[in-house]
Order: sequence, then structure tokens, then C-alpha cells
Amino acid sequence: MNVYAPILVLGIIAAAFAVLSVGIAPFTGPKRYNRAKLDSYECGIEPTPQPAGGGRVSVKYFITAMLFIVFDIEIIFLYPFAVAFDQLGWFGLIEMVIFIGTVFVAYAYVWRRGGLEWD
Amino acid sequence: MNGLFGTESWWVVIAKAVLIFLILVIYTLFNIWFERRVVAKMQHRIGPNVHGPFGLLQSLADGVKLALKEDIVPTAADKVVYVLAPILATIPAFMAWAVIPFGPEVRIPFTDTVTPLQLTDLPVGVLYILAVTSIGIYGIVLAGWSSGSTYALLGGMRSSAQMISYEVAMGLAFVSVFMYAGSMSTADIVAAQAEDMWFALPLLPSFVIYLIAMVGETNRAPFDLPEAEGELVGGFHTEYSSLKFALFFLAEYVNMVTVSALATTLFLGGWRAPWPISLWDGANSGYWPVLWFLGKTLIFIFVFVWLRGTLPRMRYDQFMKFGWKVLIPAALLWTMAVAVVRRIRLDGGMDQQTVLIVGGIAVTLLLVIAFIPERKQPADDEEPAETDAFAGGYPVPPMPGHQETRPDA
Amino acid sequence: MSPQDGPRQVVVGLGAGASGFSADGRGYERGGGGPGSDLATTDMVLNVGPQHPATHGVLRLRMTLDGERIVHCEPVVGYMHRGVEKLFEVRDYRQIIVLANRHDWLSAFSSELGVVLAVERMLGMQVPERATWTRMLLAELNRVLNHLMFLGSYPLEVGAITPIFYAFRERETIQEVMEEVSGGRMHYMFNRVGGLKEDVPAGWTGRVCDAVAAVRRRLPQIEDLIFGNEIFQARTRGVGVLPVDVAHAFGVSGPIARASGVDLDLRRDEPYLAYEELLADGVLQVVTRTEGDCYARFACLLAQVKVSLDLADACLERLTEMAQGPINVRLPKIVKAPEGSTYAWTENPLGINGYWLVSRGEKTPWRLKLRSASFNNIAALPHVLEGCVVADMVAILGSMFFVVGDIDK
Repeated sequence: MNVYAPILVLGIIAAAFAVLSVGIAPFTGPKRYNRAKLDSYECGIEPTPQPAGGGRVSVKYFITAMLFIVFDIEIIFLYPFAVAFDQLGWFGLIEMVIFIGTVFVAYAYVWRRGGLEWD
Repeated sequence: MNGLFGTESWWVVIAKAVLIFLILVIYTLFNIWFERRVVAKMQHRIGPNVHGPFGLLQSLADGVKLALKEDIVPTAADKVVYVLAPILATIPAFMAWAVIPFGPEVRIPFTDTVTPLQLTDLPVGVLYILAVTSIGIYGIVLAGWSSGSTYALLGGMRSSAQMISYEVAMGLAFVSVFMYAGSMSTADIVAAQAEDMWFALPLLPSFVIYLIAMVGETNRAPFDLPEAEGELVGGFHTEYSSLKFALFFLAEYVNMVTVSALATTLFLGGWRAPWPISLWDGANSGYWPVLWFLGKTLIFIFVFVWLRGTLPRMRYDQFMKFGWKVLIPAALLWTMAVAVVRRIRLDGGMDQQTVLIVGGIAVTLLLVIAFIPERKQPADDEEPAETDAFAGGYPVPPMPGHQETRPDA
Repeated sequence: MSPQDGPRQVVVGLGAGASGFSADGRGYERGGGGPGSDLATTDMVLNVGPQHPATHGVLRLRMTLDGERIVHCEPVVGYMHRGVEKLFEVRDYRQIIVLANRHDWLSAFSSELGVVLAVERMLGMQVPERATWTRMLLAELNRVLNHLMFLGSYPLEVGAITPIFYAFRERETIQEVMEEVSGGRMHYMFNRVGGLKEDVPAGWTGRVCDAVAAVRRRLPQIEDLIFGNEIFQARTRGVGVLPVDVAHAFGVSGPIARASGVDLDLRRDEPYLAYEELLADGVLQVVTRTEGDCYARFACLLAQVKVSLDLADACLERLTEMAQGPINVRLPKIVKAPEGSTYAWTENPLGINGYWLVSRGEKTPWRLKLRSASFNNIAALPHVLEGCVVADMVAILGSMFFVVGDIDK
């Protein structure tokens, strides 16, 4: 059996549990229709009509997501380097310093451009 | 890596998977009770003490109560995604536990089968955990998006922005651990700590960065902004009720245990017995290690609760700034420092262990200093226009941005 | 509905930084747009309240946001309007007291006091000295109760959940003696025209002494819990500054105004009861701050609690020295204030509380105008909130220390 197969087993158990919970919820609870109950919450007043998905979402979140990708990829490159660190010798270290240095330039650029400001 | 992984028979795998699932559910129920009792102690209260011995069944009763509540799907919601989101949040929370080692190889009672107390082990174990827990973020952001409510949407966006921001720092904190262990497999990391020492000691800054990041990652106080009751009401689960809400709640607590277990595995020697107990020969064999493991995890849970009972909530911009401008550069620099020092030591340089510990303490101090957030002065507004406060013969309240002028002035 | 049909109010989210990146409108660098650009985001209207946890009551704030900044804020009041002034007009003077202690449920005793002071002044009634000093004692204890409430609830609003339990422990200590003397825990109904309802129980003053001493002893615990916290300071220092001229313009009073440097305290500036004597003794100190931010307002409360405890002690001292005597004046069956008008104002815990009593010689007032502290204080809110970020909204709102009943009357 593959080493990844047990993950699938656990995943199936968790999925079964989650689906079952969501599935039985409508039957275990009461059902009393009330139009106001089905409105979305807006502090007790008529909810403001919204375009699907809440309309435009702030571009800041997008920037955060982009930055995350940049840094996450950096981390992904760092992991194999870290695992093989003892075998790579000075060559690996210097290569990695250059790599991190490049990412740092991007980081400094983002910082200076105000990409990390939140207000 | 243990050769048994991948060769075990189906029934052993299924039994272990079911056991992990049960342990997690029960441990979650216990943790909710534990949190409430500990916070209550901190606040001169008693906490739940009615249902079951010491009130231990309180969380179970709450769960049953939630099941008996009406399952509401708001009209504005995107039905399919709305139903899918809690499922998507729950599954990865459990799946992350596939590679967490609970203990050494044991013999299953009443059989001759020997199996490690770990569902499976991957050469990229920790990376797998990071990957799988990231999927849980989809559940949260989709829950916020599909609810069709402003509060939920904002809560979902904030949660996800927060989680991914702190995930970077979290991931960077791991790098030095992998350097020391020479592996990403959780079992190997535990073994490496048995030979060397708990990585929390030589890699103290990594440990501290991880501790902060794990609180941010799980949206817990003082970083519980997505659920900031005062601001966003309930955050992404504002519109959820009944068992769907329960699933989010469960996922949150399982995630809390996951990051605690990860901290235990990577920094506190995993399932191996802590020092005074480790003097006893049998401490690291049989089923005893499960106890040490859960005990160490519980310490982290206690820290979570402690923080919640002590600290006010940070403001969103302060929090993001801390993550991006303090934690990440600190983690990067520390990782570089570890790499350089380790290289020198491998080449037989000076007594680097001392250097590293001293440097580690210095970086930790820097971190603590950086934690004190500065407050930006709000920019000055443009000159306010002047209005006659007594226009029309009687005093009127000044409108915002206006300065009053008195007729007698 | 599609975004085009409705008014151009796009929900952009609390985290919108898309517009207004640069003051000159050329905000294209982060994806925003200047005026007229396709990418420009329109202002978003966010309703906070009437049912929102941050407003602890039914206050509604209609805020217009430009990204994270609040450009306009309009408090919508009146959800809790009970027409108390109209009700006053159809109650006799003894019945009015029960209504008067309900608009600000956290300062019931002080609010009763204003009414009876007004009626007594109209009647030209001399109140026994014991009644005066007991009233003063109870008014100060009421102030302590009120401030302790906010000392606990404000940290709760910025996310610290523990201080409120410490504050309530102290409240309970004082509540006990208040309950013993009046039978009420919130609406004491202990004032009568001409004095108090009845004499205090035997041994009560001793128990008050103990309660005051206990609260004074344990007060530093609340102080230590929250005041030194870096996160709390970062969230409150320099946030929501109420300039002194705005405080003057809107008639802001009480601890909020004094935190901005408005040196006004009716106990000193227009003494009623026997505050003059305590002022001469130096027991009555007026606490002022100059910063005018959330932190100063909060710090003002704590300092005032200490002063009030000292005042309570001084009152107790006088009461124990004082010879036994009546505590009220025997009233005729029908109390009719002579024709005329008077304005009685008192320094309530939250600010100036005034009653303008117009009588035409009936047994009910012809008009009894109520000037409540919170109404004026909250009027300055748009001024404080505008230009702030939404994340600060909760911190500012909480620091305005209002009671919704006191706003809506």
C-alpha cells in the first residue's frame, strides 16, 4: 500500500462525518418559516441589496494574496535547501543567500511602495 | 523513515484512522471544556460544572443543542457554496493529523501486529500539513463570500488575509528546523530531537516566531480579528447556524490542536518524554508516549487560553503590519543566521552552539521590542471652512469640519 | 440585482484601499482610480446598529466609508425613545422619581437626585443634614458603580475579556450595600422630596466603610490588568481625539470632556448638596486630562473612582459623627410646586444631567425638560469618528461612555 493511501482513508472518514453533519442538520432541527429569519444580518435593519458575492472586494486583499504567493514560493524553495543543507556545502549556502537577497529586494520594493500599509 | 509505513494491512490503517478521528473529536470536546474552565478560573468564575463529572460533557451537550437548532440558509446566500464551505473547512483540519506521530511502534492489543502510532509518514510531512491546512482557508473565505452578508464577507476576507500572512512567517520558522533535522518527515524530526535536543532550545527564535504565527494562523486572541464581536459581529460564520456552525467551531478547535501538535513535534521533542520522566526506562515505549504527547499539546492549548484571558484584540492594521514587517524579516534573517552558523560548524569552526544560543536570545529580545507597535499620527486634515454658528439668529451646532465663529468674536 | 440598477453604492469592504491611495487622486498604483476613472470605488454605506454588539443598546450609526476611512458618520438616535418628558407631565412629583431614574440606568441615584433637588428648591424646602450627607454618599457610590461598569466593558470591547469580571466583583461589593439600604440593585428609588425614603439600617455605615475599603484595596488589580497592556495602549492612545473646542461646542460634559481638558465639574463649580465642604477639605478633586484620546477618557474614569471612594469615606466619617435625627421631611398629602421654574443640574457619572422644571402650581409639572449627559456627548461622535479608520470605530464608540437610554430618553 502506498504511503499516501492512509491520508485518503482519514480524509474519507472526515468527509463522511462532515457531509453527514450537514446532511442531517435540516432534519434534526425545527423548520419554522419566517422571511425575516432568512435575511442576511445587518444589525436589525433591512439588508442593503448587494451584488452577488458582495460586489467588488478591496484590491488590498488581492495584494496580500500576491505577496503571499511570492513568499510562499520562496519558502518552498527554501525547504529542499534546508533538508539537503548538510550535503550542499558552501556552494548551496551562497546560492541560497543570493536567492533570499533577490526576494528581499522585492520585499523592500513592496514595503517602499506601500504594499504593506493597511489603512 | 520507518519501513512499516505503506506496507501495513488495510484493517490496521482504518483502525488507526478511526482512532485518530475519535481522539480529535473527543480532544476537541475536552479542549472546549478546558478552555472554559481555565478562563473561568482566571475570571473568578466557576465555568461549566453541571453536565457530567466536572462539567466534562458540557461541550457534548452544546453540540447536541446545536444539532437541534434550525438549519438556516439565507435567501441571499449562494446555496451550493454555502453548504460546501463548512465541509471544506472540516476535512483538511482532520486530514492534517495523518502525519502527526503520537508515539513509537507498539503492539496492537490482542494481536501480534506491530505498528507505529502514526497513520503514515511522508518525506514531505510538514509540507503536507501546511498544504492541507491551507485548504481549510478556502472553507472560511467561501463561507464569508457565499453568505451574502457584508459582515460575513469582510470576516472571511480578513480571516484569509490573516491566515496567509501568518503562514509565511510560520513556514519560514520551519526552515531552520529542517536544517537541523535534515528531513521534513515528522517522525525523523522527532528522532533527530532525541539524538540532539529539543529544537526549541537552539532554535529559540524560530520557536517564538512559530508560537506567534500559530496564534495568528488559528485566529485566536489577541489576533481574533475575524471574529471581533464588536466590529464584525461573528465574522465569516455570522450567517451559519445549527450543525454547519458546529463544524466551523470544530474545525477551529481542531486547527488549534493541529498547530499545537506541530509545535510539540517540531520544537518540543514530539511524543518523547520530557526530562524528569525520561529518566524512567519505559517512558518512551508502549502507549505512554501518547500521554506525553497530549500533555505537551495541552500546554500549548493552555497558552492559547491564557492569551485569550489576558490580552485585548489587536487592530487589523497593527496586526498585518506586525506579520509582514516584523515577523517575516525576523524569520528570514534568523534563518540566514542559522544557515551560516551551521555551515561554519559543519566545517569545524568555533564553538557555534554557544554563538547560536547567544544570537538566538538577542533575536528574541529584538522580536519582543518590535512587538510594541508604534502608533501612526493621523495626517492633518485640510483647513476647515468657517461658518457662522449663529446663522439665522440662533445658535446651530457646528457641522463636522467647520469651525464656529461667534457673532461677538 | 446587478450592480448597475441600484444606487452607486458599491460595497467595497472594510479593507478597501483601492481609492484614495494618493491625495491628488492618482491612485492607480494600487489598482484604485481617480475620480471619474472606471476603477474608482464609490463610497460605501455601513450600518452599525441598531442591533450591533458595539453599540451596547439600540444606537445606530450610519457611516459612509471611503475604503477604511470613515468620511461621514451620522448617529441615528431614537430607537429607545420612551417620551419620558411627556410622561413626567402626567405624574405627580413623587411618581416622577421612579421615571427619572430609568433613563440612565447606570446612574439611577444621581438622576433621581436632580428631580428632588428641583422640587425642593421650588418648594423652598430645607432638607435635614443627615439626608444631604447620605444622598452625597449614595451618589458617589453610584458614580463608582457606573464607572466600574465602563472600566470593565470598555476593555471587553477592545477584546480583553477578563477585566469585566474584576470590575463586576467590585460592583457587586458596592451593589450589596446599595441593595441593603434601598432594596434596589439598579433603580434605587431611595430619594424622596424632602430627603430619603427612610433611615439607613443599623450598622450599615460600617458595612459601607468595609465595602469602600475593599474596593479601594482591589482597584489596583483592574488597573494592572489593562492599563499597562501594550496592545491596549496601541489601540487607545492618540485614537479618537476629542478636541477641547469641539467638546465646548457640543456641550460635552463629564469624564469625556474632562479627558479633553474641559475643567468643569458641577460638584466644584456649582456645588449642590454639601460638596462645598468636601471641596474645602480638599477631598473633592476634579480629574482632568489634556490628551482627549480614548486612553485619557478611560484613565479619567479610574481616577474618578478613586476620588469618589475618598468622597464616600469623607461622607461616612461625617455621618458617623452626626447626631441621630430625621432623614426626611414630612410631606403633605399632595405636593404642589408653586408657580415658577427652576433648573437643577447635577454632575452625574456620565456628565451634566439637568432638569428644567416649570410649574403652574399643579401637582404635576407643566414641563420637565431633561438634559441628559449621553445625548450631548454622543452628538460629538461624528466629529471624533470622521477621518478615523473603521478598526478604531469600536474603540472610540466604547470610550464615549454612553447609555442608550440616556440618549433617547
